[in-house]
Amino acid sequence: MVAVLRVVACGSVDDGKSTLIGRLLAATGGATDDQLDYARTTRRGGSTVAAGAVDYSLLTDGLEAEHEQGITIDVAHLFMDLPSGRRVIVADAPGHEQYTRNMAVAASTADVSVLLVDATKGVREQTRRHLAICALMGVPSVVAVVNKLDAVGWDRSVFDDLAGEVRAAADGFGMRADVIPASALDGDNVAAPSPRLPWYDGPTLLGALTAWEPAGSRAEAGYRLPVQYVIRADGFRGFAGTVVGGPVRPGDAVAVAGGGRTSTVDRLLGPGGADLDRAAPGTAVTMTLADDVDVRRGDLLATPEAIGDGPAPATAYSVTLIWTAEEPLRNGRSYLLRAGGRTLPAVVTAVRDRLDVVGGGKYAARALDLNDIGTVELTTDTPLSLDPYRESRHTGSLLLVDRVTKETVAAGMVRHALRRGRTVTPRAYTVDREARQRLKGQRAKVVWLTGLPGAGKSTIANTLERRLHGMGLHTYVLDGENVRGGLNKDLGFTPQGRAENVRRVAEVARILVDAGLIVVVALVSPFRTDRAAAKALFPGGDFAEVWVDTPAEECARRDPKGLYAQAEAGRLPNLTGHGQAYEPPEHPDLVVDGAGSPDEAADALCALLRV
Amino acid sequence: MAGEDAVLDMLEAEAVHILREVAGAFRRPVLLYSIGKDSSVLLHLALKAFAPGRMPFPVVHVDTGWKFREMIAFRDATAERLGLDLRVHTSPEEATPFTHGAHEYTRIKKTLTLRKALDDGGFEAAIGGARRDEERSRAKERIFSLREPGHRWEPRSQRPEFWWQANTELAEGQTMRVFPLSNWTELDVWRYIRREDIPVVPLYFSAPRPVVERNGSLIMVDDDRYPLEPGERPVERPVRFRTLGCYPLTSAVESKAENIDEIIDEMGRDRRSERAGRLIDGEGGTSMESKKSEGYF
Ligand SMILES: Nc1nc2c(ncn2[C@@H]2O[C@H](COP(=O)(O)OP(=O)(O)OP(=O)(O)O)[C@@H](O)[C@H]2O)c(=O)[nH]1
Ligand SMILES: [Mg+2]
Repeated sequence: MVAVLRVVACGSVDDGKSTLIGRLLAATGGATDDQLDYARTTRRGGSTVAAGAVDYSLLTDGLEAEHEQGITIDVAHLFMDLPSGRRVIVADAPGHEQYTRNMAVAASTADVSVLLVDATKGVREQTRRHLAICALMGVPSVVAVVNKLDAVGWDRSVFDDLAGEVRAAADGFGMRADVIPASALDGDNVAAPSPRLPWYDGPTLLGALTAWEPAGSRAEAGYRLPVQYVIRADGFRGFAGTVVGGPVRPGDAVAVAGGGRTSTVDRLLGPGGADLDRAAPGTAVTMTLADDVDVRRGDLLATPEAIGDGPAPATAYSVTLIWTAEEPLRNGRSYLLRAGGRTLPAVVTAVRDRLDVVGGGKYAARALDLNDIGTVELTTDTPLSLDPYRESRHTGSLLLVDRVTKETVAAGMVRHALRRGRTVTPRAYTVDREARQRLKGQRAKVVWLTGLPGAGKSTIANTLERRLHGMGLHTYVLDGENVRGGLNKDLGFTPQGRAENVRRVAEVARILVDAGLIVVVALVSPFRTDRAAAKALFPGGDFAEVWVDTPAEECARRDPKGLYAQAEAGRLPNLTGHGQAYEPPEHPDLVVDGAGSPDEAADALCALLRV
Repeated sequence: MAGEDAVLDMLEAEAVHILREVAGAFRRPVLLYSIGKDSSVLLHLALKAFAPGRMPFPVVHVDTGWKFREMIAFRDATAERLGLDLRVHTSPEEATPFTHGAHEYTRIKKTLTLRKALDDGGFEAAIGGARRDEERSRAKERIFSLREPGHRWEPRSQRPEFWWQANTELAEGQTMRVFPLSNWTELDVWRYIRREDIPVVPLYFSAPRPVVERNGSLIMVDDDRYPLEPGERPVERPVRFRTLGCYPLTSAVESKAENIDEIIDEMGRDRRSERAGRLIDGEGGTSMESKKSEGYF
């Protein structure tokens, strides 16, 4: 028996989700007298509940804004104990389209979707959207409730028609739906069979949730242990995390995914430190290994790939994203990717399509907006070991986080790996950066000069390089102007074009640093996130962000290339500082005064480079 | 019952997972200890999560100066027994529930003191024992709940929590409150205390205690600072507490439940909610939400 069942209540706005869930809560003894009193005496905007009766939706809609607007905005989590002893965790989702991302959150952990359909309104666009999201999020079963039968005179034919329609819709998304007639308002068929539905002999909602069992459990498979924390004590080093897949037992082979290190599981400890002889999925464990292997938070301990069903590292994935931020996804942007206790930079290298969740079609897309769902390609520098989402909600899911605001901008479901890490695992050459640096007697570094057009970046870069050259140091200047004449001549000046421009220059700088050179980059690079992505390519301390700070009026006055004049004339819409914003660095390693002398700037930069 | 144990196992595993995530993801986490039953469970879980190693964060208690004396004695004994790095914070400001009113008193002595304790300690993540079943607005709460600069809780800027993936990244000035017991019910807490044999403050068990009745609430007169009305005299009645806080603001329930089995039994019959006994909450349907916006736990 499944002891804990997770349910998402979904369906279109006002179909009666909160009322139904409140009813169920009360029927299973989960609502206290003072809560019921409150729901009896309080009324909210647009309420149709009779005076003196309990408005069951108020047992779950607890935010002030929800009272004012009379709708659910955020997910409520409610707990019920069924008479069978089963615990049900219900996530009551909002129906309104504006809050689709919250509904997706509620669906992300659910075993069962309780999908409401208003008998007076039928299957609506939002009903289909929620079904689609449930399918996408891997919710295995649907229990559809045709609600408000009181409002259609308990008419069997209305129910039969809608039941057929819901079943067909669910079928279209590859899901099977059981359908139950009910009235959440009056409580018919919620917990007890209704005399007003003599023509129906199926289960009540409570009955359906009591009887639910998963459709055949998965056979034993490879296990995964994403390491959350390394526990140390006298002579003890254990790796703590929650088991995914499996089960795993002491004596099992283990590999650190992506690293090639292997060992054997020595002990498995449960919470508190008691030895376990087997750990099933969902068990919080601490694992010790037979060998002394370096393992850290974010590493994935797992069945070795050679045995089969082990993770296969890759640096590019095809991922379905649900976009959750107001600011749209941009192709070429770098984000922070979070999965299994790791945070690392990832670039959206392609937006493949946007899904029309209702109609099922796919459209070509260049961006994703709030609540959009689409397929993208994500690339990371370091290989990641992700599973397809359909195989695991735990190791097949990820978050994208904005580099600056740290907001969660998307939830991602892995479709499949695109580029196996192994095929691009960098080959280690004997002559490496270290060796080249030694020969040159210098430490390779990047000095990244950012600032408005005309700020004096190129002049300063030139002065600096002359200085370094004179000291016998090996250098190279990457100037935006020059790079755009060749390597990047295919790129424009839109934010996407600029992001790619910065990315390529940063990659070239990385090669030059590997070659042992001191690299000076002179590039407008107006956007913080782009510069942060560039910085992320280098080990700490090897990348100095330098802001050449020159007043905008001074830049426009200098106008060495006549750009400002062209922009004034309306012929250069995307000029930074004119049509496009410049985002100054928040924590630059150095600020040089671009209005001052280039020699003073070079002095400060030499001090920064400690030469 | 097998089902009961399986539910507790799931809840324990989930809470341990969350605690480990906090320890792994944040540089300076702290556990907020309120001495009550939820805190006792939280502490127990934090010890289990890192065994055989040590719990990798300190414990903070915000002492308003009006806690039950038995709570303070229990707190100190617990810290001693478990070897905790306990840090007690009190506000130097004069404020009492009687002179300032419950709301303002709570803001000064509890909310502001807590905020200062977190700021001074540079703590970026504070673990608390709040549960979603305690109160309507808490049912909407995240497990990883973001606080904007100044500890403001903004219902609209809360991050979506997909799967069991937490976004623990913080922008400048942001902090996190983390609630590992989010999915526990009051009954789960007692069942777990029973199963794991976790010590709790004796005030949870019925005993004859000196109480006065005020506006329908039974208040235990714990010391002579409590201003009695003319002619009012505490009488001994068999009472216990369902939640513990500041004694002048926490109402007792008449009860004969002297042990955990009897408490669990009584819970099956008592149809009032737990926080009905917390006088500071009783200020309208959404008062918890507004208190939280100010940084209350
Ligand atoms: N006649 C009738 N009305 C109902 C029934 N169930 C709910 N309602 C009414 O439908 C309206 C919406 O109910 P809610 O429970 O808030 O709907 P919801 O699906 O949770 O709405 P959102 O969460 O905002 O999408 C309220 O006025 C309810 O009283 C029912 O069975 N019959
Ligand atoms: Mg609702």
